[in-house]
Amino acid sequence: MSGPDVGAVERDRTNDRWVDTSFRAIALGAGLSVLAILALIAYFTTRQAWPVFHREGLSFVTGTDWDPIHNKFGALPFIYGTAVASTIALVFAVPLSFGIALFTNELAPRRLRQPVIYVVDLLAAIPSVVYGLWALAVLEQPARSVYQDIADTIGKLPILDRVFGGIASGPSLMTAGLVLAVMMIPIVTAISREVLATVSQEDKNAALAMGATRWEMLRICVFPRARGGLVGAVMLGMGRALGETIAVALVIGSNQQITSHLFQPGDSMASVIAHEFGEAASTPLYRAALIGLAVLLLAFTLVVNILARWFTSRSDQMASP
Amino acid sequence: MTTFSPLPTDRPDLLGQLSTSPRRRAANVAATAWMIGSVGVALVPLGLIAGYVIVKGASVISWSFLTRNLPIITELPGGGIWPAIGGTLLLTATATAMSVPLGVLAAIYLNEYGRQRPTARVIRFMADVMTGVPSIVMGLFVAMIWVTAGIHDGFSSFAGSLALACLMLPIVIRSTEEMLKLVPDDLRQASDGLGARRWRTVTGVVIPAALPGIVSGSMLAVARAAGETAPLLFTIGISRAFHLSLGAQNTALPMEIWNNAQDPSIAAQNRAWGAALTLIALVFLFTLIARVVSARFSQQTS
Repeated sequence: MSGPDVGAVERDRTNDRWVDTSFRAIALGAGLSVLAILALIAYFTTRQAWPVFHREGLSFVTGTDWDPIHNKFGALPFIYGTAVASTIALVFAVPLSFGIALFTNELAPRRLRQPVIYVVDLLAAIPSVVYGLWALAVLEQPARSVYQDIADTIGKLPILDRVFGGIASGPSLMTAGLVLAVMMIPIVTAISREVLATVSQEDKNAALAMGATRWEMLRICVFPRARGGLVGAVMLGMGRALGETIAVALVIGSNQQITSHLFQPGDSMASVIAHEFGEAASTPLYRAALIGLAVLLLAFTLVVNILARWFTSRSDQMASP
Repeated sequence: MTTFSPLPTDRPDLLGQLSTSPRRRAANVAATAWMIGSVGVALVPLGLIAGYVIVKGASVISWSFLTRNLPIITELPGGGIWPAIGGTLLLTATATAMSVPLGVLAAIYLNEYGRQRPTARVIRFMADVMTGVPSIVMGLFVAMIWVTAGIHDGFSSFAGSLALACLMLPIVIRSTEEMLKLVPDDLRQASDGLGARRWRTVTGVVIPAALPGIVSGSMLAVARAAGETAPLLFTIGISRAFHLSLGAQNTALPMEIWNNAQDPSIAAQNRAWGAALTLIALVFLFTLIARVVSARFSQQTS
């Protein structure tokens, strides 16, 4: 038997080094593709929307008149509709999501914890078009009669009549907000559960040992510590609601009005893109205006998401120094 | 929770009972009711949607519904949704083929090379941010760079897959990185100790150890992509029949639900419900595979 072929091993080694360097480079390239795609999205959308930004200037954001036939493109009704529907969604979803997160983390017996988490996650597995179908075909009729009842009672009071009064419509800002609320629950719940879990059991035990009730324990040592992360969770839910297209497009009513009446139809940025981009393809300025809406939408969601990540990562660092 | 807790934390109300005032006790009861009530309220829409989709969908689905081509006139009963099922499978498979290799490589960079370096931190942060980009913007982006750019003949399955792949990429990266993190460092050190270079350690030790987790994370991304409508609206075009070619126009289950839901005729509404049940079953199947694979994974490592 001859000894090991030292030369071959050496050659292998150098080959290996070459492979290692290129493997690392390929992996880095794959990672950088994320940055490239984001940059390309921002570049192409902004460039193709430029004609409308150039023509309308700031009135693209502040203008209230969206009239493609007369080449007028004011996006405020869509920005308003997006903001109102998302806010309604937050009002309903946030208390529910925090409640569920606290239930699974603090209250539920161990046997119940995992099933509840699993069932709430199922809400995220339902495709948004199915939410839209259900809301359009099933929810709308009963929702309108409930809205009308509310409009006929508290909608008669001064001030409140501005918000709840008038003739109620099934497809409306409120319906869109309610559907968004359900879609938001799983993400806000999941993140707040993680955030709440970072508070140490010792601290909680200490509060309980001092005679605090469970609620007082939560208020004294859990909420202050989790505040940043909970804000982050809410903002991630908000980001999801801003960009949600299909379910909203089916139930918001597609009416370009700015109204304080929540039971009236409106329109959102994503929804108008979905409905009108197909027919706008042959009219350059109209097409640019819809892409301009996408640029605004992208900017809003990026800001909300970056802030959300900042809040949650800061609370991570605070919890584990 | 594995930490030792010396107190009966599941019944903290017993601890302070002697001195707790009625007002404090009432606040505690109200908070408890809020937590339980929240779970109850969240279950209502889930139950209603699942109930409607199953009941209405099951009354529509039949063998011919699943296997026949789309009808010419949507207002009339008849026809099937086979092209949409085939389209969804084709689109998600193509999107997976594009996004999973890229995403896994990116995750390898993040966890095996970059770690906490500034480049890695920026990529990680941007991948998180990318999950927040609205799916309609992804669709519009691909429509601009591919469909109407002039170098291709417009709408195609490939364009739709590209949009879905953009959507899946950040999900694959983040879930894969989590799985790579779970691989114990002992394995890497053992491999290093035998003289293996990093790429051999990664491809021979780390990836095999994390494979079930990577598969399950990718399946969840697939489940997410399969249900998306917005990226397909301006990319895949229209079709009544299934085309295996990536260059041809196609349809997908979410597209059929979207189109038929807006058509008030009974036949179209029924078709929408049938397609919805089919889509949910498909998404559920992907999720189930992911869960089975990841359950097996956690058995192996523990």
